[in-house]
Amino acid sequence: MKHTLSILLQNKPGALSRVTGLFSGRGFNIESLCVAETLDPKVSSMTLVTWGSDSIIEQINKQLHKLIDVIKVTDISEGEYVEREMVIIRVKAEAGTRAEVLRVIDIFRGKVVDVSPNTYSVEITGPESKIKAVVDILRPIGIKEIIRTGTIAMARAPKK
Amino acid sequence: MSKITGAQAIIKCLQEEGVDIIFGFPGGAVIDLYDELMDCPIKHVLVRHEQGAVHAADGLARATGKVGVALLTSGPGATNGVTGIATAYLDSIPIVVFTGQVPRALIGNDAFQEVDIVGITRPCTKHNYLVSDPDELVSTIREAFYLAASGRPGPVLIDLPKDVVASMMDFPDPEPIRMKTYQPKVKPHPGQVEKACKAFLQAKRPVLYIGGGVILANASKELTELAEKTQTPVTMTLMGLGGFPGTNPLSMGMLGMHGSYASNMMVSESDLLIAVGARFDDRVTGRLDAFAPHAKIVHIDVDPTSISKNVGVDIPIVADCKHALQAVNDWLENSADFDSAAMAENHQPWIDRVMDWDKKHPLSYQEEGDVIKPQYVVETLNKLTNGDAIITTEVGQNQMWAAQFYKFNKPRRLLTSGGLGTMGYGLPAAIGAKLAFPDMTVIDVAGDGSIQMNIQELATAKQYGAKVKVAILNNNYLGMVRQWQELFYNRRYSATVMEVTPDFVALAAAYGAVGLRATKKDEVEPVIKEALATDNLVIMDFSISREEGVFPMVPAGKATTEMLLV
Repeated sequence: MKHTLSILLQNKPGALSRVTGLFSGRGFNIESLCVAETLDPKVSSMTLVTWGSDSIIEQINKQLHKLIDVIKVTDISEGEYVEREMVIIRVKAEAGTRAEVLRVIDIFRGKVVDVSPNTYSVEITGPESKIKAVVDILRPIGIKEIIRTGTIAMARAPKK
Repeated sequence: MSKITGAQAIIKCLQEEGVDIIFGFPGGAVIDLYDELMDCPIKHVLVRHEQGAVHAADGLARATGKVGVALLTSGPGATNGVTGIATAYLDSIPIVVFTGQVPRALIGNDAFQEVDIVGITRPCTKHNYLVSDPDELVSTIREAFYLAASGRPGPVLIDLPKDVVASMMDFPDPEPIRMKTYQPKVKPHPGQVEKACKAFLQAKRPVLYIGGGVILANASKELTELAEKTQTPVTMTLMGLGGFPGTNPLSMGMLGMHGSYASNMMVSESDLLIAVGARFDDRVTGRLDAFAPHAKIVHIDVDPTSISKNVGVDIPIVADCKHALQAVNDWLENSADFDSAAMAENHQPWIDRVMDWDKKHPLSYQEEGDVIKPQYVVETLNKLTNGDAIITTEVGQNQMWAAQFYKFNKPRRLLTSGGLGTMGYGLPAAIGAKLAFPDMTVIDVAGDGSIQMNIQELATAKQYGAKVKVAILNNNYLGMVRQWQELFYNRRYSATVMEVTPDFVALAAAYGAVGLRATKKDEVEPVIKEALATDNLVIMDFSISREEGVFPMVPAGKATTEMLLV
């Protein structure tokens, strides 16, 4: 089963490779990984999407905690959370398909960020399911190139 | 405050930590530190290969419980130490390894003797550091010693760029170390202790399965108290030997692949398995789904990752073993439901059953006229040292015979590479232990194959007066692999025949040691007596029965009840 982990770690040289080395060394999976500084420049936050049985996820959690540079690990997929991924897609946009591409982008609330005589580069943001949907629709029109950020996610604030 | 050099700061830190011996090998990147070492009271032991330095530091750490220290130069010095570091990592041994590094400005340039040792050792250290700011040198060293020794211990490496060691810095006063990302749990959760104790009260066939964690936590006393007052039989992993007295009637010896028949049988029949400081290694469990199939499992361990890693645990207790066992003992003492005599009576049928297994299939071997049996050599070592020596081992058959036939009654008396299985460990580890305890008898039980992996350290032993005794069980084979080939590969002895082996007696003389040889059974005892009486480094070369095997044996991947007996 898929799990989204939010990891806070010290922003130190090598900290990222301690995490990725742990995953490769112990045969755990990484589907996507996003890292950036937090408000505190000494701390980075990482969103890591992985999958495995409950016992594997438990091991991942514990092994991450064991790394000295890791401050906190939260399996945010255990509760309510928001996730976003951004994708930039260069899609074929010729006379016959330009209008269709724009319509699709509009429906998915994307925007065109670069234009060439035969292509539009469009930016779309959303949860993974939305990214998948837009890719499925644009694919028959002709995707020339695609770059994805991987998922970032945040637990929803408590409602009370 | 007057400034001092990085080298001086390192020495001051070592003194602060109470380090009096370090093991190392110099080189260009650490020459400033070596210059400083000449004028300080810390004894530096010059090894002959860096792997030996790390093993010696590890041997000292296992024997004393203190943090061992090794000092290596950059590049090949550091990479030669990696096997030693991984050995300590797999057995959770507290050591701090200092490595030299090229000056900061050259890092990443493929400079002479440059290697990314922090990158290389990331998966085999508890933590490691590259000191890139001189102002962080002192705090890094203090943190490294704290990390190495606390929680689940382990090796920590500090990489020291040459210019950092040469630069001038303050030496701040020590402060209590507080790390917000590292707070090992020491005290057990009372609710978990209660659950474990209640399970204990109900158990009819309990077993204590103890590992190296008991020794690392100095918890032998608490464990022995628990076993005795509850009359619970005890089995030990290789790393746990000595954690409970081997001659105590409740001790059933080692379990697992080469464990005793009684140990493996009682684990498989038990209804409550209490694992203490052990980690359900594959050499212990055999086929996982057949391991302790009827038992509720209590697991005491300081490292949460060990819990339910291989075998699902019913009642985990994450804590230091000593504190956890103390809490269990206290709970039982204060419980109205606990009565030591009643429990002993309740467990008696179970104890009888276990004893019966042990009587039926004790650890044994076949005598063969005047041929020397390796088991007999170890038995005789045990007899002539009153079971009171520090025994180090190499890896393979020699290690298993030492584990089976030497009766370890005290913790920190068996120093062996259990997790990584490093051939070449025993001699340098013995040197480390002997230098820490010059008045104790230290014996390296070796094979003719593995002794050659670090035999150069005989020179180190000689130079520093570490009068260790090396007992080579010589069968001209890489015996353990040969045994597998005999049993599972149609006796095709691929690359396990040592066609050329040095004359160890002559070799001993070449190193200024005493060489003794026994080729017949009745020569074993006189040779050992002479070795123990000789005030020098001694090599004993025992020509043993060539194709002797280690039994019982659980073939890899089989259930532990499927033992091959003698």
